[in-house]
Amino acid sequence: MRNMNIKSIQQWLSRAGELVNEFYNAPYRSAIARAKRDEDDLFMMLVFSEMMGVPNPASYYTLELQPLMLERFHDWHQRMGMEHSPLDHFRCC
Amino acid sequence: MNAIFVMLLGLAAMFLGYVFYSKFVAEKIYKLDPNFKTPAHEFEDGVDFVPTNKYVLWGHHFTSVAGAAPIIGPAIAVIWGWVPAFLWVIFGTIFFAGVHDAGAIWASNRNKAKSMGSLTGDVVSKRAQTLFMIVIFLVLLMVNAVFATAISGLLVKFPSSVIPVWGAIFVALIIGQIIFRKWMGLGTVSILGVVALYLLIWAGPSAPLSLPETMGGLTDNASWVLILFGYAAIASLLPVWMLLQPRDYINGLQLFIGLILLYAAVLLLGPDMTAPAFNTNLPENTPSMLPLLFVTIACGAISGFHGLVASGTTSKQLDKETDLRFVGYFGAIGEGSLSLATIIAACAGFATLADWEAVYSSFGQGGVAAFVEGGANIISQGVGLDNEIAETLLTVMAVLFAGTTMDTGLRLQRYIFQEWGNIYNISWMQKALPATLLAVISCVALAFGAGSDGSGGLAIWPLFGTTNQLLAGLTLMVITVMLVRLGRPMYVTLLPLIFLLIMTVFALFIQLKGFYMEENWFLFGLDIVVLIAAVWIALEATSALSNLKKEQKS
Repeated sequence: MRNMNIKSIQQWLSRAGELVNEFYNAPYRSAIARAKRDEDDLFMMLVFSEMMGVPNPASYYTLELQPLMLERFHDWHQRMGMEHSPLDHFRCC
Repeated sequence: MNAIFVMLLGLAAMFLGYVFYSKFVAEKIYKLDPNFKTPAHEFEDGVDFVPTNKYVLWGHHFTSVAGAAPIIGPAIAVIWGWVPAFLWVIFGTIFFAGVHDAGAIWASNRNKAKSMGSLTGDVVSKRAQTLFMIVIFLVLLMVNAVFATAISGLLVKFPSSVIPVWGAIFVALIIGQIIFRKWMGLGTVSILGVVALYLLIWAGPSAPLSLPETMGGLTDNASWVLILFGYAAIASLLPVWMLLQPRDYINGLQLFIGLILLYAAVLLLGPDMTAPAFNTNLPENTPSMLPLLFVTIACGAISGFHGLVASGTTSKQLDKETDLRFVGYFGAIGEGSLSLATIIAACAGFATLADWEAVYSSFGQGGVAAFVEGGANIISQGVGLDNEIAETLLTVMAVLFAGTTMDTGLRLQRYIFQEWGNIYNISWMQKALPATLLAVISCVALAFGAGSDGSGGLAIWPLFGTTNQLLAGLTLMVITVMLVRLGRPMYVTLLPLIFLLIMTVFALFIQLKGFYMEENWFLFGLDIVVLIAAVWIALEATSALSNLKKEQKS
């Protein structure tokens, strides 16, 4: 019985914690996600810099990252209003 | 009359409004459908469109719409006696604000969560959208000028609040860092933050701080206005997580604590309403109650600003359509209850009628300072808090609310300038810093033009209220047109719209005469601009509705 009580209190507390977190984050979620997205876009541009004719000393490593960027790349070119990939050597959809 | 009775009567009326009237509006007029796929689900992207728990969404919506305005307005308007202000707040909340706020969420929700501005363009006409933008710009301009004036007045009158007010900003900065870097959980930080803030408030009276009365030819009020705009400009340029987010959060907690404290103190003390029910001994130059009451109390009875919040962020996070009854309508009730608390504080917080009349010596006097003094008297006698600490507490509450609105307003104004820079290809105006400077300059010009150096008081307040009501009128027009298109009864939104338009135009003419007599040409010109907007809205609404009638006949 006592165990049950402690458990339910713990559950209640963690639920309250979730709600408070939501209350803190909900108003600014979009502004912060937008800022993060801008930074991610910049990172992606760095990864693809070689293809755009910008010399990149780390191209050996960024090449490995390209497949991982596939989904984000798709989001990005759609968001920028381009139906297909703008890069010649990197196809997408 | 005893304040407990007033308080219970008001709260009960608003609650009944929620139980019955909002149910009627939600089921019969807006016909909310629990199975409608809301934009939050349809376009869910984790950025703007996120389905959110309805209590969280309510908390967010309520704290975004409730600021200093529902305190300042009623605190000025009780000069005509407490009964008119009380009735307008209660009936305004039930029949105007709740319907307007919930309606704005509904309209946006049914139109891919578009903002009220672009909805006006889609639903009414492109002309009306231009008008909407102009009115928004005017509201933002005035809100910053008005709040800077109100805050500077408070900081001069209550020097004990200076250290807690600015200290609160540092507390928020620290909290922002702690949460952003995940050093501690939010629960712990909240408690620490609130404790730190209250320690500052407790320490405030022992370290009062005031500026020299004149500094470089400026009065202390004027210096505070400049300092405030300097602060707001910097704050509006910082990343949101650094200052805005933690400060909004602390303000939200403050709002709940303050409301509970005030209502509890009223219950414990049970003071009498010392202010007259209807003031027959009005100070000279007080404008007539009809129509000025209806523009002096904007937020707290109906406010167009809510429509911007409702259609801007709230509608994008609505989990189920039926939630909007609680979020929108009950959000309005939350704000109404803040105004009700203000009325009680400003009318029951003074020992005698003579004390009260000394505070309300002329129109625009009293105001938020009366709320602070009266509220502090009630709290100190009701819960036994030291009077000076209670004064500091309420001042800090009001100042922080107004401050948040100021830098959000400045940020929005900056966006508008940047957009103009885009449209007209002015490259320097597209940058954040110059655009912010333009916004600050226009607001400071208005603040000083309206007599913020301490001479004019809040002369511009009713004009701000009028513009805010016009914005509400535009939103009501959009909802009405949508209802007519759907073949549903329109009187629920049309009657408030007509009432608002009549009162605002009437009030604008009276103020026009007042500014002319005072030879205040700056405000006179501004009044004419607002008047043109008001007449334009009336014409726009008439033509939209008559076109619809024709369409339906043919």
